[in-house]
Amino acid sequence: MEPLSEQLSSVLQQVTGYIYPNEVELHWGLLVVVYPYVTGLVAGAFILASLERVFNVKEVEPTYRLALLTALAFLLIAPFPLLLHLGHPERSFEIFLTPNLHSAMAMFGFVYAWYLMVVLLLEIWFDYRKDLVIWSRQERGLKRFIHRVLTLGATDISERAVEFDRKAVRFITVLGIPSAFLLHGYVGFIFGSVKANPWWSSVLIPIVFLFSAIVSGIAMVMILYLITGLLRQTLEMDCLDKLASFLFFALVVDFSLEILDFIHRLYEAEESIHILSQLISTRLFLSLVILQALLGTVLPLVSLVAFAPVFGKRALVSIPPELRRLLYLGAAVLIQIGIFSTRWNVVIGGQLFSKSLRGLTVYKLQLLGQEGFFVSAFLLIIPFVLLYIFIKILPPWKEAAAHALPEAESGD
Amino acid sequence: MNTLVQIQTKPPNDPEQIATERREFLRKCLMASPFLVGIVRVAAQQTAGNGDGVYHPEDHYYGMGVDVSKCIGCGRCADACKTENDVPRDPYYFRTWIERYVITTEGEVSVSSPNGGIEGFPATVSEKGILRTFFVPKLCNHCASPPCVQVCPVGATFLSRDGVVLVDKDYCIGCRYCIQACPYGARFLHPVTHTAEKCTFCYHRVRNGKVPACVEVCPTGARIFGDVRSMASPLTRFRRFNEIQVLKAHLNTEPKVYYANLDGEVS
Repeated sequence: MEPLSEQLSSVLQQVTGYIYPNEVELHWGLLVVVYPYVTGLVAGAFILASLERVFNVKEVEPTYRLALLTALAFLLIAPFPLLLHLGHPERSFEIFLTPNLHSAMAMFGFVYAWYLMVVLLLEIWFDYRKDLVIWSRQERGLKRFIHRVLTLGATDISERAVEFDRKAVRFITVLGIPSAFLLHGYVGFIFGSVKANPWWSSVLIPIVFLFSAIVSGIAMVMILYLITGLLRQTLEMDCLDKLASFLFFALVVDFSLEILDFIHRLYEAEESIHILSQLISTRLFLSLVILQALLGTVLPLVSLVAFAPVFGKRALVSIPPELRRLLYLGAAVLIQIGIFSTRWNVVIGGQLFSKSLRGLTVYKLQLLGQEGFFVSAFLLIIPFVLLYIFIKILPPWKEAAAHALPEAESGD
Repeated sequence: MNTLVQIQTKPPNDPEQIATERREFLRKCLMASPFLVGIVRVAAQQTAGNGDGVYHPEDHYYGMGVDVSKCIGCGRCADACKTENDVPRDPYYFRTWIERYVITTEGEVSVSSPNGGIEGFPATVSEKGILRTFFVPKLCNHCASPPCVQVCPVGATFLSRDGVVLVDKDYCIGCRYCIQACPYGARFLHPVTHTAEKCTFCYHRVRNGKVPACVEVCPTGARIFGDVRSMASPLTRFRRFNEIQVLKAHLNTEPKVYYANLDGEVS
């Protein structure tokens, strides 16, 4: 890893125009890109799960538990990019002990704790409780022990108790939807409320964040469902098609909001318009125009509208299911790349121009070091490992629960 | 009194009489000395606080004036600031810096601040086509409604009662949100302490009745430090006799660094 002064010296060589001398160091790097990407996946996956429960969308039921576990796996990792980018991670608990109530960032701990403890863990627990009790009775060894511990001693699976679980899940889901909006809308607010930065300062940012979160969450669950479904040979095409149509509509709203933001800025043409145009046409051309807009949004939109049954039972162009699956996978992966680019363009893009509005700087991504590429890549891989473990402990498959049902009848 | 009258009326030609008068004069001076010392001490205490020898922040509300037309771009202020406050010498960390604006007859504006202006500025290539050029010293504006203070998640950066925006480096978690929130680029992350850093108006000096280092060393008096509210302060006089502007007024941060003769191009 290059020493900081050498990094900054080479950045200084590449500055165009004038930037304030303190702006040579770019302060929020790749880790801060990872953070909204991860929370977006959490919020999006949860909202997808809620759709099934609140609006009773039967087709996507196979993804309900998978979506919840995905949300949990990513949520557990969410604080780490923030923690690692702090100058003094050992002091981070001060956010809980002496929060500055005027600070948007100070609320992170509370929003996070609320979402993790009250919403996600409770919902998963209530939803799995009956199965946990049944599994712990049928199994032997370590699994039995784990499932028994996870019941937290609540082993009553009488009809009344199970009915209570069902009601609790419903209640938490209803509470969870605004919470998911809060979690990610809040992340958008952290950026949108910075009046010093014309690229961030927009009331639309939290809403754009929210819809892009829903898009990324649905796409992620779609990828996971596709891969696990193919491996286990239990893929339901109806479910995939329904997911694809949700994905399409979320993408339409997301894209419309982004276009609105773009046109609004262009039409208002405030003093920052010149430097922002330069920013888009030079520094962000690849990540914004190519990756975010064309590959990450337009291409998936076009392919979904053409080949997926988004308006009713039939697609505009009918293709065999095998090909459609492949297309969904491609679209979902492109969307992930697009949404990651969106986060990059907000976080890094917002720091590539000077607040003097007179110059552009560059971001030099390091491979090694705390803020380097490998740490971020590691943080993005960990949730999949966690998810694998969760799936082993809490199988989200329909058969796993169904298999236990007959036994349940004879339970206490 | 008689002696004095004698001095005026009678020419002092008797040496013994002169010696007596001197002795008398010195005796009176000695008698008056406790009063003189008292006056000096009271004056000193008044500059330091409200009479009890202790610094009372609530008695002050600091700001700075900058007369753009007086700045010659020598960079001594930025240099003195680094020395006084142990700011890293690398050209990426500044509590204060100088910008040079060059405006051509075509209306093109170019701004530069090589190493914050500490070594001065290279000559402009040609004076042909230059409409005007000037220097602008920059620093933390010690805003009355500072966005940096608003966003700090733990309250490590705060507005002191005497109107100075400060950072508690033993408390700062290094999240850098304040750096993002400052519209003036006045903050940086100290590469050694990993905490947010900024101009303190040389708080350690100001508390002891001195002016900030940059004000002290400015050879042309382009920087004026003082109390915003006190009528007797040089800053109030500066604000009274100049047309004043602040930077990025539209952001409603209410800066307390007041610029006189500021060009509209300065951002």
